[in-house]
Amino acid sequence: MSSSDLAISVRGLSKAYTIRHQAEHHITLAEQLLDRARHPFSRQERETFWAVQDVSFDVPKGEVLGVIGRNGAGKSTLLKLLSRITPPTKGEIRLYGRIGSLLEVGTGFHPELTGRENVYLNGAILGMRTKEIDRRFDEIVAFAGVERFLDTPVKRFSSGMYVRLAFAVAAHLDTEILLVDEVLSVGDSEFQKRCLAKMGSLGDEGRAVIYVSHQLDSVAALCTRALRISDGHLVQDGPPEELISSYLATLGSGPADLGTRTRTGSGHWRLSKVESLSAETRVGEPVRIAIEAESETLQALTVWPSIHVRDSVTGVLLAHCDGRLVGAGVDGVDHRSGAWLFELRSPWLKPGDYLVDVVLCSNEILDYLDAACTVRVLPYAVHHAIRTLEPNHGPTVSDFSMVAADSSSGVAAPRSNTSAI
Amino acid sequence: MAAPGVPAEPSPWLVIRPPRRWAPFNLRELWQFRDLLVRFARRDLTLRYRQTALGVLWVVLQPLLTAGAFAFVFGSVAGLSSQGVPYFAFAFAGMLAWNAFSGVLTRMSAVLVGNSALVSKIFFPRLVLPLSTVGSVLVDFVVSMLMMAVIWPLAGVAPGWSLVTLPLWLAAVLLLASGFGLLAAALMVPYRDVQYVLPVATQLLLFISPVGYALANVPHSARFLYELNPLTGLLEGFRWAVIGTARPDLFPALWGIGCAIACFVVGSFVFAHMERKFADVI
Repeated sequence: MSSSDLAISVRGLSKAYTIRHQAEHHITLAEQLLDRARHPFSRQERETFWAVQDVSFDVPKGEVLGVIGRNGAGKSTLLKLLSRITPPTKGEIRLYGRIGSLLEVGTGFHPELTGRENVYLNGAILGMRTKEIDRRFDEIVAFAGVERFLDTPVKRFSSGMYVRLAFAVAAHLDTEILLVDEVLSVGDSEFQKRCLAKMGSLGDEGRAVIYVSHQLDSVAALCTRALRISDGHLVQDGPPEELISSYLATLGSGPADLGTRTRTGSGHWRLSKVESLSAETRVGEPVRIAIEAESETLQALTVWPSIHVRDSVTGVLLAHCDGRLVGAGVDGVDHRSGAWLFELRSPWLKPGDYLVDVVLCSNEILDYLDAACTVRVLPYAVHHAIRTLEPNHGPTVSDFSMVAADSSSGVAAPRSNTSAI
Repeated sequence: MAAPGVPAEPSPWLVIRPPRRWAPFNLRELWQFRDLLVRFARRDLTLRYRQTALGVLWVVLQPLLTAGAFAFVFGSVAGLSSQGVPYFAFAFAGMLAWNAFSGVLTRMSAVLVGNSALVSKIFFPRLVLPLSTVGSVLVDFVVSMLMMAVIWPLAGVAPGWSLVTLPLWLAAVLLLASGFGLLAAALMVPYRDVQYVLPVATQLLLFISPVGYALANVPHSARFLYELNPLTGLLEGFRWAVIGTARPDLFPALWGIGCAIACFVVGSFVFAHMERKFADVI
C-alpha cells in the first residue's frame, strides 16, 4: 500500500495489567495505610497480566477491519488503546487522522436533558465541535427519527428511540477513523440494517473503520479484512471468511484447555470438564454434552448448570436449557463435585456448526464458559431437502410428524419438514 | 501480517506511546476540547436550576442564611467586632469567598467518580471534567455578587477603589480550591473514602478560617498559625476588596497567593500522573 493511504499503524503494541494477590482488596486509603503500617516490609504479591501483547498491523484508508476472538482475548483492550482511554505499556500507535469511537451507545446521555441538549452534549463528548454539530443536526435527528421529541427529556424516550438517537450522533462523527464495539446488538432489526449500511458506506467514503463483534455474520458481511486475537496475541490477519472458519475450528477444542480459559463468575465452583459427545452428529439425533464441576470446599449453595446452544455464525441463541427447569441442582453442602449429562432432543439443529456455552450458577453466576465446546451437525439427513436449508427457513428444524391421510399417495413414512421455532 | 511502514511516511496526526512518568498536561488537546468544557458546565447548570424547585433563589438564600447565622452567633452572642461594618454585610462577604472555595472543592472532587461511565468508556482530556465545575461555581458567584450589590446600600457600605482587586482574590481562591479539588478528584478514583473525609475537613476549615469573624479577633499568640492558613490572607484581601475593611498585611496576602499557585501546580501534576489509570480502576 502507498504510505499516504495509511490510516492506522500499530507496532509492537502491548498492555499489561497488574493483578494483586491478596486476601482482601483495598478500596479505601485508610485501609491501605493501615495495612502498610501493620506490615511495613511485606511486599504485595503481584502478577503481570498481558491483555494485549506485541500486536502489529496496518489499516489503510477505506478499510473496514473486523476484530474477532473469544471473550477476554483482548479485543476490548485493543480498542481502548486505540481510542486512548488507557495508555499502552509498550509499543506505538500512529493515527493518520482524527479518531472517533462508538464504544457504548448512549454513554454520556443524561436522562434529565432533552433530546436536543443530549445531541450537543454527546457530540462534544465524542470530540465534535459545536459548529460541526450545528451543521449536521438535522441529519442526525432525521436519521434517528425523533423530530417530534427533541425538546422532551430523554428519560421519557422509549429505549428504541434512545438508542437510535445515540447511534445517530456517533454515526455522524466526521472522523477519518471510527472504532465500533458491538453496538449493533441493540435496536430493532430495521434500525440495525440501517446502521450496517451506514458503516459500510463509511468505508466507501475512504474512512477506516475497526469493528469488534461477536456477530460473525456481520463481520463477514461488512469487513474487508479481519484480525483474530487470542490471549492478547494477534494470531491471524486476512480475509474475514478465512478467519471466521479457522476461529470456529479453534472453538470448543475439548476439555483439555479449560484451565487456561478466561472466564467470569465468582469461582466458588468451577467447571472442570466440558465434553461434547456430539462433536459430529446428524439432524434429528439428540445433542449430548457431558459436564463436570468441582469446588475446593463445601458451601451452603445449590449448583445449577445451564447450557446455551448458539448458532456459530450469527451468535443467535437457539436453545437455553436451564438446569433449574428440570431440577438438576447439586447441593454444595455435602458435595464438592458434580457431573451431569445433558441431552437436547428438540429443536433439531440444522446442518452447521454450533457453540455451546456452559454456565454454573447458584443465586449468582459461579462460572461461565463462553463457547465451551462445539456441536457440528453433518450435512446429511433423512431426506435430501434437509441438506439445502436456506436461512430464511428458520434457525432450527422442529420435531414434528406429518402423515399423509391417503396412504396411496406414495409417501407413507412421517416426514420432517422445515419450520421456524 | 501487514508489511512494516514504508519509508517517507506522511507525518501522523497523532502518535500514541507509553506515557512518561511525570508529564504536564497537553494544553493543545485541552484547547481542542474547549467546547466539551462549556457543554459540561452548561449541563451542570441546566440540571441544577431545572431540578430544584427554588432554582436561583436557593443560590442566593444559602449565603444569606449562613451570613445571618454568623452575624447572630459571632456578632450578637460572642460580640466580636466586624471592623466598623454591619456584621451581616461582613459575614456575607466572607461567605462569598468561602462558597467559591468550597463549591469548587466539593464539586471538583466528586466529578470523576460521578461520571465514571464516561471516564471508562470514552476518551477526552480528563482535566475537562474537573475544570467544567468551575463554570457553575462562577455563575453562583455572580448571582451572589448581585445580592451583595443590594446589601451595599442597605448596610451603608460602599466598596472603594480596592474593588478592582477582587478578580485577583477570586482567582487565587479558585486556584487554591482547584489544587485541592484536582488532588481529591484523582485520589477518590482508587480510594473512595476520600469522599467521607472531605466534608469533615471542609467544615473544620470553615471554622478555623476567618470567614465569619475577622482576623483581628484572633489572639496574638495564635496569629502566626492562623496566617499559615492560605485562606486567611485571601479572605482578608477579599473583604478589603468587597466591603472596604482593613487592607491585609503583605505577608499573609502574598503567602495565600503563592500557596494557591503552588497548590494548583501540585494538584494538576498529581492529576496528570494518575489520570492514565482512571479508566482501569474507576
